[in-house]
Amino acid sequence: MAEPQPQHGKRSNGRVIAWCMAGVVGMFAFGFALVPLYDVFCEITGINGKTAGRYEAQVTNQADANRTVTVQFLASNGPGMSWEFRPVTRSIKVHPGEPVTVNFYAENGSDQAMVGQAVPSLSPAEGTLYFHKTECFCFNQQPLEAGESTEMPLVFIVDPELPEHITKLTLSYTLYDQSQKAEVSGAAGAAKTTNNNG
Amino acid sequence: MSAVADTHSQEHHHGPAKGISRWLLTTNHKDIGSMYLMFSFAMFLLGGSMAMVIRAELFQPGLQIVQPEFFNQMTTMHGLIMVFGAVMPAFVGLANWMLPLMIGAPDMALPRMNNWSFWLLPCAFLILVSTLFMQGGAPNFGWTFYAPLSTTYGPPSTTFFIFAVHIMGVSSIMGAINVIATILNMRAPGMTLMKMPLFVWTWLITAFLLIAVMPVLAGVVTMMLMDINFGTSFFDASGGGDPVLFQHVFWFFGHPEVYIMILPAFGAISHIVAAFSRKPLFGYASMVYAVGAIALLSFVVWAHHMFTVGIPLAGQLFFMYATMLIAVPTGVKVFNWVTTMFRGSLSFEAPMLFAVAFIILFTIGGFSGLMLAIAPADFQYHDTYFVVAHFHYVLVPGAIFGIFASAYFWLPKWTGHMYDETLAKTHFWLSFIGMNLAFFPMHFLGLAGMPRRIPDYALQFADFNMVSSIGAFMFGVSQLLFLFIVVKCVRGGEKAAAKPWDGAEGLEWTVPSPAPYHTFSTPPEVK
Repeated sequence: MAEPQPQHGKRSNGRVIAWCMAGVVGMFAFGFALVPLYDVFCEITGINGKTAGRYEAQVTNQADANRTVTVQFLASNGPGMSWEFRPVTRSIKVHPGEPVTVNFYAENGSDQAMVGQAVPSLSPAEGTLYFHKTECFCFNQQPLEAGESTEMPLVFIVDPELPEHITKLTLSYTLYDQSQKAEVSGAAGAAKTTNNNG
Repeated sequence: MSAVADTHSQEHHHGPAKGISRWLLTTNHKDIGSMYLMFSFAMFLLGGSMAMVIRAELFQPGLQIVQPEFFNQMTTMHGLIMVFGAVMPAFVGLANWMLPLMIGAPDMALPRMNNWSFWLLPCAFLILVSTLFMQGGAPNFGWTFYAPLSTTYGPPSTTFFIFAVHIMGVSSIMGAINVIATILNMRAPGMTLMKMPLFVWTWLITAFLLIAVMPVLAGVVTMMLMDINFGTSFFDASGGGDPVLFQHVFWFFGHPEVYIMILPAFGAISHIVAAFSRKPLFGYASMVYAVGAIALLSFVVWAHHMFTVGIPLAGQLFFMYATMLIAVPTGVKVFNWVTTMFRGSLSFEAPMLFAVAFIILFTIGGFSGLMLAIAPADFQYHDTYFVVAHFHYVLVPGAIFGIFASAYFWLPKWTGHMYDETLAKTHFWLSFIGMNLAFFPMHFLGLAGMPRRIPDYALQFADFNMVSSIGAFMFGVSQLLFLFIVVKCVRGGEKAAAKPWDGAEGLEWTVPSPAPYHTFSTPPEVK
């Protein structure tokens, strides 16, 4: 029996397959492209409460003494993390524009050296874009020997542009156990150099 | 003379091969369509028996039959098997059987790939079902497999689940490419796009949706695979990832996926309603545009599944209004079906019964969907039985009734026999009553605050849950009747004419019943 295709349509199946496969590959790539796109989108809009990295702009803003914003700090442990981890200052009143330093206390109560990584989240998310950190222990991993304790600094500036209706910001840190991953990637050594704050 | 005719027929009209190799090696669209339909029915019974376990456990408060760990595996596997094993392959089976007959083509455009895309499915589901017997049990994180529940806290079998999803994704994509190539390249001369039957149109659009979103599903499970086994942190907050990202990527696939499961049913119902109203379909062009609009909108509404994760007000408003906008083209379709029936010469054989039930019950499911779309109200409904009621109202009377209606409508064409109308009507009424008994009380349970995916519940939910379980058992058992009806119809019965329904239209009714192994070797002329 003769191949029936030639009678039926002159268009080639090869072209349709090629276009469809291009679509498939493109959409597969798009799925992965969503990961950086999501990060960029969140960084621009601040919608997921993830504060940005080190704030590099010059600190020339005069403190706005007429306005006071309360900043609260929370610290909690991720699953399987045994350290004692708490803010030294639980709540502080700041004027927008002034650099403020607060400390977080961490103690490795276990009997082995561990590496921790703190991940920040700010609430309300609307304030995320106006909370700048010039120095933060969350920029690096924190290695601690067994029984060692440390106070870790955070230096931040609340932007004077912070919307008027926001009077209170809550910054929460979750500390994750990165001992396994740090060993694998060798990041522990890199993190150690920055942990000079005792 | 007869000897000459015999050799002639053997040379030029070879029928199916004998034995198992007919099914393993076939490239015939009717064989492959039948295999898809049989496979999907087997999966329907398997997923259904898991639903029976769920409903048996929920028959009374307290833990009676299964442990919570196993209960979670049942809800997960029920969802996965029904979505990927029952509904999607059933529509691919209908497409295989009916698309070439409807457009006057001799077969699908890529018959060998067709064979492959079918045989991948049993492999995928063998892997998926085998996880039930693995150490740590089957996936237990819900069919939506949210990270980190599925990555950090998932059972060891999660990797097998991911592999199974990859394989079924490949199968779906190949099926979709085949459908697109068939519809674009194989139509009979004279059949322009706007003369295509609606089932062909809805499947063409469904195939595009599959090509657009199945790779995204493959991508998201690949990310899970890397998070679990290769130390990446796509969804792991401790490594800089974001669990909410998982939900965005998943629902970017997931929302078009629900339309993949319903659009082919829209097409089939359009044929059936017109046939049993003995009128042409009202508003053909608007039906086509409505399906296109629904498909396009399905890409910009995904975050309505995640109102409670904390998306900003502007986002909630956008996704709320975009979701509600889908009610417009869907309403166009419902009104068109109703108008087709209006002043028609109606008769209510089994396909029509299922089709009318489809229209009424799918509309109820659509309305509860609108309630869920209201962002501020969704906080109350989220992850309650109201959601379970909603999506079962669109999937059971939507997708499943659509498949039953199609099966009864085309069974005479497939088998050459009429099915037993009395039994079929019994099947309909048992299914209809059972389905409503099972799922309607879930609305009340959800509004009263019963969360979904739990093996036990507070005492005040006991009565509605018992009613729901009774309905579910009734619905479940009545599907065995369907199996009996189909087997009986295959084995014999009243001979079916080429066009057993006097109001039916379309090329598929111009070939004899049962449809010969090869049809339209020379294309028909469409005017």
